[in-house]
Formats: sequence, C-alpha cells, structure tokens
Amino acid sequence: MTGWRHDSLGRQIDRSAPLPFTFDGKPLSGFSGDTPASALLASGIRVLGRSFKYHRPRGLWGMGGEEPNAIFDVTENGHTTPNVRATTLLLREGMELRSVNTAPDAARDRMGVLDLFNRFLPGGFYYKTFMAFGWMRWEPMIRRMAGLGRLDPGHCPPADIPPVNGRCDLLVIGAGPAGLAAARAAARNGREVWLIDEAAEPGGSLRWRGGDIDGGNWREFARDTIEAVTAAGGRLLTSTTLWGAFDHGLFAAWERRDGRPDRHWRIRACETVLAAGAIERPLWFANNDLPGIMSAEAALHYLSLHGAIAGRRILLATGNDGSYPIADALAQAGCAVILADARTDPPTAPEGVEHLPAARLTGANGRNSVSGALIGDRAIEADTILVSGGYTPSVHLHCQAGGKLDWNTASDSLVPRPGSSVLRVAGAANGGFGLARALAEGHAAGGGAGPAPRVAVGDWQLTPMRPDPTLRGRQWIDPQNDVTLKDVRLAAQEGYRSVEHLKRYTTLGMATDQGRSANFAGLAAMAALTGRTIPETGTTTYRPPFSPLPLSVIGGPRRGALFNPPKRLPLEAAHKEEGATFREYGGWLRPAAYGHGDETELVQQEALAARKTVGLYDASPLGKIEVIGPGAAELLDYCNYLRISTLRPGRARYGFVLSETGIVHDDGVVLRLAEDRFIVSASSSHAASVRMIMEEARQDIFDPAKSFIHDVTAGFVTLTVTGPKSRDLLRAAELPEILCDDGSLPHMSVIETRWNGHGLRVARVSFTGDRSYELTVPARHASALRDTLETARQKVSGHWIGMEAVMILRAEKGFILVGKDTDGLTMPHDLGWGGPRVKRKDEYLGRRSLFTPEARRKDRRQLVGLETTDGKTLPTGAHLVPVDGKRRSLGFVTSSCFSPVLGRPIALALVEGGRERIGTELGLFHLGETGRVRICGSCAFDPEWERLHA
Amino acid sequence: MQVFTCPFCGPRDETEFHFAAEAGKKRPIPAEAVTDDEWADYLYMNSAPRGAAREVWLHVTCGEFFLMMRNTVTREVAEITPLRGRTG
Repeated sequence: MTGWRHDSLGRQIDRSAPLPFTFDGKPLSGFSGDTPASALLASGIRVLGRSFKYHRPRGLWGMGGEEPNAIFDVTENGHTTPNVRATTLLLREGMELRSVNTAPDAARDRMGVLDLFNRFLPGGFYYKTFMAFGWMRWEPMIRRMAGLGRLDPGHCPPADIPPVNGRCDLLVIGAGPAGLAAARAAARNGREVWLIDEAAEPGGSLRWRGGDIDGGNWREFARDTIEAVTAAGGRLLTSTTLWGAFDHGLFAAWERRDGRPDRHWRIRACETVLAAGAIERPLWFANNDLPGIMSAEAALHYLSLHGAIAGRRILLATGNDGSYPIADALAQAGCAVILADARTDPPTAPEGVEHLPAARLTGANGRNSVSGALIGDRAIEADTILVSGGYTPSVHLHCQAGGKLDWNTASDSLVPRPGSSVLRVAGAANGGFGLARALAEGHAAGGGAGPAPRVAVGDWQLTPMRPDPTLRGRQWIDPQNDVTLKDVRLAAQEGYRSVEHLKRYTTLGMATDQGRSANFAGLAAMAALTGRTIPETGTTTYRPPFSPLPLSVIGGPRRGALFNPPKRLPLEAAHKEEGATFREYGGWLRPAAYGHGDETELVQQEALAARKTVGLYDASPLGKIEVIGPGAAELLDYCNYLRISTLRPGRARYGFVLSETGIVHDDGVVLRLAEDRFIVSASSSHAASVRMIMEEARQDIFDPAKSFIHDVTAGFVTLTVTGPKSRDLLRAAELPEILCDDGSLPHMSVIETRWNGHGLRVARVSFTGDRSYELTVPARHASALRDTLETARQKVSGHWIGMEAVMILRAEKGFILVGKDTDGLTMPHDLGWGGPRVKRKDEYLGRRSLFTPEARRKDRRQLVGLETTDGKTLPTGAHLVPVDGKRRSLGFVTSSCFSPVLGRPIALALVEGGRERIGTELGLFHLGETGRVRICGSCAFDPEWERLHA
Repeated sequence: MQVFTCPFCGPRDETEFHFAAEAGKKRPIPAEAVTDDEWADYLYMNSAPRGAAREVWLHVTCGEFFLMMRNTVTREVAEITPLRGRTG
C-alpha cells in the first residue's frame, strides 16, 4: 500500500464527485475523471493481475494501449466485458473490476506456485513437452490454466455502431504537440483538417508535461489550433482510436461516445500526417517485473492528471533527459526522489532530487511489491522504481500502410523512412523527441509557412539502454507473457533467430499490448546475441488493429437479420394473409407452405392438389434477363449449350448455361419475344451470375453495340398456374381468351398481350410436368393479378402451393435444380442432354471442355432416379455403393421425397455410369446404416409427358 | 480498401469489383483444333505476377469489364482502359 493521492494536484479529476467501485470484490473509491488505473494507483493497490505463464504478480506499468498488466473483466449493469485495459477506460460509478487469470484474486493467486517451476518451463516449453500423447490431450487443461478474461455468455452487445464514411483534405493522427502544429499550419492555409486523438482532449504529452508555446500556455496554443481547424471546415475527433491503415489511403477509426453508440469511421484523406508520439521503453534488471516498477512517463501522467502518485520513496532510473522534469515534479509533490542516470555526464539535476550519475540499476528487491533496489552492489531504499529506457516511436500505422523503417542512432530507434508510405510522420513518432522538435516537425508536415511555434526548452539527449546478459537474476522482456532474457537466448541457441520465429517460439510480443512494452528489448537482445545490428535483425510485421477493439465495432449493424438480408417478394403480405410460412430459397424469402398444422402434411396436400386440380405459386424470383438488339441471338448462341438463334419468335426453349470448364452453371428457359428480343429465365439464385457470364461474352467477344443485357428480375412479378385445371382457372379469371387457345399458346411458347391496362406476358413453360402458365406483370400491378387469380382459384378449387410442394412436383418429373442435383463436376451429357455436344459445330461457351478425356469417361456420374425396396424415403446425401465387394461411393442421393400422387418415395441421384445401371440394384450407405435401392429413369411421374397438353 | 476507377462509373471501393481474368489470354478456337494441353493452359494456367500485372476486372454493380494495369505488391493502379470499342 504505497500509492497515494496528492491533495491538490490532478487537473482532470473532480474531487466533488467521488465514485465508488470494487476491485476483486474489495470496495474502493475514486473520483470522476479517474481511470480504473489511476484510481487503483491512488488507492495503493499494487498487485492488479498475474502473468500468463508463471502467474507472477503484476502491477500497473503504463498509461495507455501499451499497458501489459492492468487488464480487467469489467462488470457494469450486470454485463461483463472481458479484458479491458484499465488505462484506457473512464471510471464509472459502481464498476466491478475483476483481475484476469487469477484465482481467487490477484493478491492471493493459487497458481503463483507455478513460478517455482520456472526452471522447467523455458521458452518453447509447450512445443517440447505437450507433443507427447498428442497436443489435443493437453490442450483443454492448458486452456483452463492459461487464458485471460472470461466471456459473459449472457451479454450480447447491441449491433448499434454505425459505420460512417469521412473524407478530408488532411488527416492528422495524434493531437499532441506535433499533431497540433501540423493541424494549425494546414488549417491556416485554408485546408480542411481532421485531427484525431485517442484521449478525451487534445494535447498529447502536453497534458501531463505542460509547457509554454509561443510565449503562452500550451492550452492557448491548443485552443487556437482547434479554432483554426474548425474555421477552415475541419473537425476534431477525440476519444477516437485510429486503429488501422489500409490500402489506397483508407483509415479506420473507432470513436467512443459517452451515452451514445460508438461510431466506426472509414476515412479517406488526400494527405495524412502521422503524429502518434512514442512509447516509453522499460529497463532490464533482475526482477524488473515486480509491482511498483512503472514507466516514468506514466507516473508523471497520473501525477498531473489524477494526482495519483505511485509511491513516496522513489528511485527513477533513466538514460535520457526526458526523465528530469518527471523527477522534478515528483520531488515538488513531496516524494523523496533518487535520480539514477546511466550517463557519466548527465545534465544538472532538479532541486531537491538526489542525483546518481553513471548509475545503472541492476536489480529490484521484493516479493509481491518493490521493497528496494540495487545499483551495482549498492542497496537503495525505495518503495517504487520508475524507469525510462528511452522511447520507441509509434510507427505502427506507417508500417501498416507499407512503410519501411531506418535505424536512427540519435534517437536510438527505428524511424519511418521518408516517402516509403503515404503518411508523413512528424514528432516523436519520427524519432523527434522533445517539444521543440515535435513542434518544428509538425509545422513542416502541415505545410506551415514561416517559423514553427517557439518553445524555451532544448532538445533531449539520451544514451542507449539495453538488456545486460551479464546481470544475475531473471530479466523480464515481456511481462505479460513471461518471456525473459534467458528465453530469448534459448531461442537464439535453438536457431529461432528470425524475429518472426522468436515471436512465435517464445510468445514474445504476442501479449495484449501487442509488443509495445516488449518488442524493442527482444529485438535488441536477439541482435546482440546473434552479432547483428538491429536493422539487420528486423522487426515483426505490424498489422491492424493498432490497439485491440471490440469486434462489435467492426461488425457494426451487420448482424442477425441485417447480416445478409434476403430479397423479399412484392406479394409477401398477401401470401402471409393466406397463411404462408416463409423460408429462404436461393437468397429470396418465399412461401414454404400455406396453412397451419404439420408442415409435412400440408406440403403433401398441396402437391397432391396441384396434380388433381390446380396449384398457384409465386415464381417472381425466377431470373428475368432481357437480351435485346441485332446481335442478341448470336450472343445467346454462344452463351447457351442449346442453339437459340433457331428459335422462332413466340417460342421458348429449355437449355443450359455452361461455364468455360463445361460444368452446368445454370439451367432455364429462353423466351424469344421478337427477332431481336429475348428473356433468359435464369434460376433465381443464379440470375446475377448468368447475367455476368453473358456480359463478359458481350463485351469481350462480340460487338457490344449490337446487343444489350438487362436484368429486370426485380421489376416483375410472376405467378405460375399449374395443374390439369390451370386453363379453367385462366378462363375463370376472364383473362384474354387467346391465352386459353392451345393453337395460339401451345406448350413452350410465349404471348405478350395487354390486360387491365398494362402488359401481361404469359409463357407455357412447365416446372411440374403439368399444363402450366407463367403470368408476368410489372411489379406495381402484382396485387391486381394476384386478386384476380385468387378469385378464380376459389372457383376451380385450386390451392396456393409453397416451394416445398413445388420441389416435390419437379422431383417427380426428374427436373433438376442446378447445385442440388448437379455438383461442380456435372456436364450436360451427364443429365441426358448429350445432343448439342454431338451435333453443334459452332463455338459456344464451355464447348472444348466437353471433349476432354475427363468429359469422355464412361463412368461419369449421371443423373438417374431411385426406387426404394422397403418403402422408406431415402436420406438426401446418402451414398450409393456396390451391392457386394469393396464398399466405395458410386454416387449419392441428390433429392428425395415422398410423392403423394404416386403414393411412394422417389429420389434422384448422381451415379457412376448411372444410365447403364437402370434396372439394377445398388447398396445404400448412410451414417453407418445400409440399404438397397433400384436404379430407374429420372422421370417417375407421367413418363409419356401426356399431362403437359391435358 | 483499394479504390478502382470504373471507366463507366468513376472511382469506387474494391468491394464493388471482381477479378475476371488475366489480360492477353486469347480463347483458342475452334474446339476441334485445340489440344487438351492448350485448353488446360487457357483455363487454368495464370502467371499471377508479383509486381506489374495486366488484368481484366469487372465492376459488378454496373457490369462493365475493363483492363487494369496494376502492381500486385504496392497496390498501385497504373492505368485503367475500357474494353468497349475493342473489335473482335
């Protein structure tokens, strides 16, 4: 219990608004404006979690997305969000925080005993040990032991995060000094600037470091900048994380809004300035993972913004000038501060600070918390150790955008190579540490004219700090995943010298901070161990997201009913009135059956009624692709397996569209309405792709000026009347008499006429084997046609039938559904349509593929019908196998149902050499059960085709 | 998210587009004169270059096929030309 709250410092908190919360069940209190991290720090709680592997106690390290340790399951209003970083969340009243990976809690974790076995758990331990008896055997146990937060299965966050597209002239990422200077310079030139920052207010490090700019307080500078940005038509987005840079200058940003749904921005900018700042590196010494060891920068952050101070006797170990103002602030706040600088010629220490030049921190003492430190052999009394191992520029977005890095000795870091990505990088993200550099680089990046904003402070000097392999004791490189310097050495010894291998073998940098606290040290250590430079060793790949974000942000509203919305019928309401149950068929929501009760029975009744009297169904989803123009017939000849140009106007022809590989892509009827006008009735789920197949041929092979393709499916409604009494229904509906005359409208013909003041197209095409009429009207006249047919239906005792009944009717006739009764190998001659293959001499799509050795094989799977021997309906998907001999699949059942009109089950199947097997028996094998079937022709009902004309 | 410029509609997000074919492949005809190997080459063998590529793409929303010269590594789009107007 060493952290404390200063009684006046902390400009972000409101002391008049205390906020009670709990941590691991313990009641605590913070203030409005606190983060859970600052409130816990001020409350003196040190152990906030446990490490992943050894369950070592872990305390607060940082102040933002780089935090590897303070990760909680946060419960609010009964719902738990797992794995939230305590540093990036605002504290709210009644929040329940639960440490992750601990039992029963962070302070008393039982698995802490694992640390005693650390000698036996080196890097790559999993790979070496758990291969015995198979990984799968061990995995459940390891998963239980490891893992972080727990999911709340009852909590489904609302799908209320809208994706918003944004465009601007200049996007500035980061509203610290560099970002502000860039935004101000650009806005003053009249450019529309969007300025984005993760924090709730602009300022970046100025917020805790403070400073005077151009002779005034930095807040005036910030205010002035925002005013200039707004005046030029730009905007400031705070509490917004720019999490990814994508191809062609697209950026994704997550905006958090209090009391309102978050927003997900997709921003395209003409130019982008990256001013993301830098993240402080830790130091490496024995036991450098003890709670009470913190980033110096973070300590100043909590001191300035929250008045939360990490301890009272503080050792600050550093090698750079950036730590000096921190030591000063802590001393002024009343702490006893020892400043240990690794440099032999450090700058002058602030007043009231004990200064140790040329002092390297070698170890920390303590069990669950820091109780002292070692500098060389000298013991230092301290309850808190603040460290600064230098700074690592936040180059993530530059690298995500394809940028490269160069080594920069002055800043001891990898910095963006200018011009290697679309982003211009300024300030600390560019290795430009110190306020003066940041402002100058920002000003230049924003295209500022004249001198950059002036400050009184000079540049920072620093000395490189590295892990020291000669030190005794364990030095942590990755505190969350428990990777020590020894593990890196082991990886190097075992040949995992590439950083990508090092990462995967030791899990270095794979923690939830995505390597922010670990990667540089791991990289530097590997470089030293292998005698290479840091740029030679390279970095792991930077990928989005910049910091973890909820998947609900990326998913947005595309969930549930909006995930993949089905297409809807214009007559949906009318079908519902008839009692239709709707289901999705090929992307369309269509009636499955009508009426209430057992669906199987309803479907059987509907299918039987359609055979006895007349059935009526909504066929609107049937593709309607208009092909018009003097070149239309030639184009269709090429795109179809059957010749279309020989079709007379007013006639219809069934055929196939093949892919260039000869596989049946779709089947359907082509109607020739006039010499130069066709309708291709593609099946409903293939309409879009058939259109594109024809478009490609039209634009690539033919003269595109001679034909035009137009998908008008959604513009029309088609109602199909089928059954022996279908003509009676048309008569009862008082439709034009010409439709009822078989001389003017025989089977496979089409008539366009007028009815009720608008066009009506009627095609005699049958998907059921019975006399059928497809009646098509413009969608806006759908209700009139439906009402007319409905009145007539009642007069002839007809039935509305759903898609399930239609599926039975077509299966009885052996009519296929492409994709159900065919697969990715089926060619037209497998379906009994070998004629055009043999007879056509002109070129058509897929023709050459029908003559490959594969296409000529005698044992191709062919469409046949099946009869059962035991009266049971066959399971679809069941395999057909030889009656005796070795069991192997000869094919499978593609469609199967009970036929009410035949009073027996029927089925279709694809079977090797199927047509030659007609009349013979085959075995059936399904989920371990066997049976017998007889192969027959695919048409089970009315094989003489008499009913088409009845 | 890449941006391609449809010759008919202008710049649009890549989600509206679909790769159609590598450009410059000529469909061998007549079928009788084409060997199995030639046909297999035409159907399946693509050069899939790393770097400069010449491809036919489709703008799915309007149905326009067009030629695109682009770099598969840097994702730079060098040139887009309509297929329309080509003869034969």
